[in-house]
Amino acid sequence: MSLTGLFLISFLFVHLIGNLQLLANDGGESFNTYAYFMTQNPLIKTISYGLYFFIVLHAIQGLMIAAKNRSAKGYKYSKKTKENASWSSKNMAMLGILILAFICIHMGDFWFKMKFGSLPMKTYAGFENEVTDLYGRVMVAFQEWYIVLIYLIGLLALYFHLAHGFQSAFHTLGLNHKKYTPIIKGLGTVFSLVVSVGFAIIPIYIYINSL
Amino acid sequence: MKLTLKIWRQKGADKKGQLESYNVEASEHMSFLEMMDVLNEELISKKEEPVAFEHDCREGICGTCNLVIDGRPHGPQQGTTTCQLHMRHFKDGDTITVEPWRAKAFPVIKDLVVDRSSFDRIIQAGGYVSVNTGQAPDGNAIPIEKDEALSAFDAAACIGCGACVAACPNGSAMLFTSAKVAHLGKLPQGQVEHAARSKSMVDQMDAEGFGNCSNTGACEVECPKEISINNIAMLNRSYLSSIFGSNK
Amino acid sequence: MAGIELKSNVPAGELKQKWSDFKGTMNLVAPNNKRRIEVIVVGTGLAGASAAATLGELGYQVKAFTFHDSPRRAHSIAAQGGINAAKNYQNDGDSIYRLFYDTIKGGDYRSREANVYRLAEVSADIIDQCVAQGVPFAREYGGLLANRSFGGVQVSRTFYARGQTGQQLLIGAYQALSRQISTGQVSMYNRHEMLDLVKIDGKARGIITRNLLTGKLEKHAAHCVVLATGGYGNVFYLSTNAMGSNVSAAWRGVRRGALMANPCFTQIHPTCIPVSGEYQSKLTLMSESLRNDGRVWVPKSKEDAIAIREGRKKGNDIAEEDRDYYLERRYPAFGNLVPRDVASRAAKVACDAGNGVAPTGLAVFLDFASAIERYGKAAAHSKNINNPSKAEITKLGKAVVEGKYGNLFEMYEKITGENPYENPMKIYPAVHYTMGGLWVDYNLQTNVPGLFALGEANFSDHGANRLGASALMQGLADGYFVIPYTIGQFLSKEIRTPKISADAPEFAAAEKDVQDRLNQLMSIKGNQSVESFHRRLGKIMWEYCGMSRNAEGLKKGRQMIRELREEFYKDVFIPGDANEFNPELEKATKVADFLELGEVMMCDALDRNESCGGHFREEYKSEEGEAQRNDKDFTYVSAWEWNETQPVLHKEELAFKNVELKTRSYK
Repeated sequence: MSLTGLFLISFLFVHLIGNLQLLANDGGESFNTYAYFMTQNPLIKTISYGLYFFIVLHAIQGLMIAAKNRSAKGYKYSKKTKENASWSSKNMAMLGILILAFICIHMGDFWFKMKFGSLPMKTYAGFENEVTDLYGRVMVAFQEWYIVLIYLIGLLALYFHLAHGFQSAFHTLGLNHKKYTPIIKGLGTVFSLVVSVGFAIIPIYIYINSL
Repeated sequence: MKLTLKIWRQKGADKKGQLESYNVEASEHMSFLEMMDVLNEELISKKEEPVAFEHDCREGICGTCNLVIDGRPHGPQQGTTTCQLHMRHFKDGDTITVEPWRAKAFPVIKDLVVDRSSFDRIIQAGGYVSVNTGQAPDGNAIPIEKDEALSAFDAAACIGCGACVAACPNGSAMLFTSAKVAHLGKLPQGQVEHAARSKSMVDQMDAEGFGNCSNTGACEVECPKEISINNIAMLNRSYLSSIFGSNK
Repeated sequence: MAGIELKSNVPAGELKQKWSDFKGTMNLVAPNNKRRIEVIVVGTGLAGASAAATLGELGYQVKAFTFHDSPRRAHSIAAQGGINAAKNYQNDGDSIYRLFYDTIKGGDYRSREANVYRLAEVSADIIDQCVAQGVPFAREYGGLLANRSFGGVQVSRTFYARGQTGQQLLIGAYQALSRQISTGQVSMYNRHEMLDLVKIDGKARGIITRNLLTGKLEKHAAHCVVLATGGYGNVFYLSTNAMGSNVSAAWRGVRRGALMANPCFTQIHPTCIPVSGEYQSKLTLMSESLRNDGRVWVPKSKEDAIAIREGRKKGNDIAEEDRDYYLERRYPAFGNLVPRDVASRAAKVACDAGNGVAPTGLAVFLDFASAIERYGKAAAHSKNINNPSKAEITKLGKAVVEGKYGNLFEMYEKITGENPYENPMKIYPAVHYTMGGLWVDYNLQTNVPGLFALGEANFSDHGANRLGASALMQGLADGYFVIPYTIGQFLSKEIRTPKISADAPEFAAAEKDVQDRLNQLMSIKGNQSVESFHRRLGKIMWEYCGMSRNAEGLKKGRQMIRELREEFYKDVFIPGDANEFNPELEKATKVADFLELGEVMMCDALDRNESCGGHFREEYKSEEGEAQRNDKDFTYVSAWEWNETQPVLHKEELAFKNVELKTRSYK
């Protein structure tokens, strides 16, 4: 759980940096060529299949553990308390399912359309190959308020999932230290904020610009 | 002070239970259990069946008492067992919900009494130093750094009440198990069996049907002896090394 | 049984050589025979758990029983202060002899020399054993074991683990026991209460237990039975004992012919949190170690005392010259560190005179202000703070006091809602320990062959008063280092005895007795709760057989108990059924036994026309009000045989060959 989680965390970081190119004011050149690179480079391709595998693995593991934990708890208390643990830590499975649903929508909207759909092609000066205009698709999609809303919900779920998951992964691996654990915890909070806000800026920015 | 109690009543392990309401007149100087005594005396005087609950030393050390009060194991006060919780922390007119520890590995026996023998079996799986009576070297033969001894003590302070399991949304016994592993693992005497102990105790914990740790930290908050979840990280470490570091 | 002869079976020879000679010459049981021999151990506190574990290690087949849900719950866990051992790690002149002497003298010369010497002798081994098990004793900065001095002695020989020494030692023994359970050497029976002893041909061969979850009676057979079932302080209803602590296992032994020795020797602990109301279910001890730094006082004038009781004044409002530090005044040599019995009686004298401080008038102050100041100044000095302000000193001093007694102060505040750093604690004596118990010989065997008693359940080592930090020592000495040897004296003669069968008619008869007893209790269907009888019994005991006693009161008390017993069997109400989990029925069987024991205690206190240790007879005191022992007529152990109409006294004369009997003086 923690290992797959940490791998997915590192992916999120790379994914964010790449996607921020959507904000570049160059008619999509840098993003589309980046997307081309990401889909054609054999090494990246291999890694991406690994990524899909880990997403599925993380989800399956998570659901199995959640099911086991649910049955290990058995009967729930009739009086609930909020006093002893953070909301996100108690709702990791629910957040995970939300995120998984979001990933499906997200992949269906962009990845699937790019791979198997009929997105228009574009050429850029100084770049020999013809590339899919994924940028254009993104610009179109984020003009719809409901798609933006779905993304914001997905990212909010991601924030809460990471807020607990980041530091929790280190704890599970046995990394605990008087000096470093507070740093890891701080880093976790910063990371979850940066990643979710960073991703959220893209649809919001595009939506506002389209108004 | 006048209180309304909503108490879990369940005739036996295989019977269905439900919350029932009672009114009780208490004084703020009473402990929570003394308030329960008053209720039971009243029920007995009406020839009704008293509420079964466990308790023994009533000074916060034996680990017998175990009530979930308003959703919190041992009630609202930090670092306090149910028997040490006093009624001055409640207000006149309060409604208080009292339930048993909840976890599959702690089945209900009657009313608020649960079976915690799974904890004994986790200790039997390796929570000891294998030394026979009479084999010991002089007590001062191995110096132990004061801070190490204190930190071992912090883990050893566990009273085995099971509040950690009761608090955990996953019904996990990691805090209990890790406290024992850390207590012995931090001392030179316990080092020899440290990795093997971690593995066998965790395996037993799983076999008993406790859930997995997802680091919610609820156990640490509700532990009446304030045992730290750092011990869980230590257990994770030694568990991993027992698997990956083992040559067997 | 008029002809019972109490043979102490103390080995011949020099006191110092007795135990090692005994070990060298005692009868052994060979390993192949040990495998076939079964031993029942009842109780899993320090003595029981350590005995069961060690006997298991030796190869005996052990069956261990506790009424708790786990062996770890036994009340040994609540001991706070520490455990004595004659290690002389502090180089302050301690020795085996000195520990022996202190214990004999502290017990007011009413214990058996040879047993006490052996206790002192094995004390050092206990520490080694516990350290090896991983007991986290307090340590010095150099990594070696720390010690502190403890009530009533002048050397530092007490080992401790914060204020939770009993807990840590019990967990050590519990872990050793758990290890034997996992190897199958010990079969553990949790939630089983012993309700009778079974004898075959005069020897203890088994017990009848009730499975507390199902109510089912069970027969358990073995070659011998070891009782390690603790003390009977709960006969007073309010005591520092756990709610479940009881005399029943020992008392069932008495009902089958064992003798109860020195039952009137009960220890009243001076530093407990005072009673606050009628609903009170138990009393909480504050470790005696607090007296190392706390000063005990009451206001000199009754007016001030009344003002405090009514809440118009606080302890701090009383000027220094208006305070009576009565222990320091009366006992300048030992001051606040006088033994428990002396400190308790002095508190009673102060409160009886009308100077008590709690709303009930039954409390004295335990004040840490001067300790805070003293430690604060020392801390300022070591931190090179010149001319520290009063606030700085107080702050530093509080930090030191917190380091030493933090958990105790916290506990006090939780229970009383008052902050002991700001205002002096209020304390009052409470029943804590019972020196009396089953009569045993040097082998810890009762007068019933094959029935052994360990720890607080026997009478052997503490005489009329127990010194602080000696209960843990005795429990573990008996369990780890004495019974594993001495049990061989009996079992070596049993190697040809086949496995005892629980189908023997004696078992069926005993089981029927128990069943009849339970049926009788259930069928009364009266109107009063078990608890109410227990509370009334406690009040009688405290009033007439408590901190001070007199012949008239004891006679009256005895009569009252007899009447209460009669009423109990007519009017007690037990809800539910005998064939189910029924805590009220459990309580009822315990209270029924207390109602008999209480009477024997009154008889014993009445017989002992002297004041010694915890037993203070108002008729026998010096002009200054100190206890007056009568060595000429009362240097004996009184061992009582139960009889409904008149308990019968048997005597074991005590001979002191190695110490001179002196008047205990702490002045």
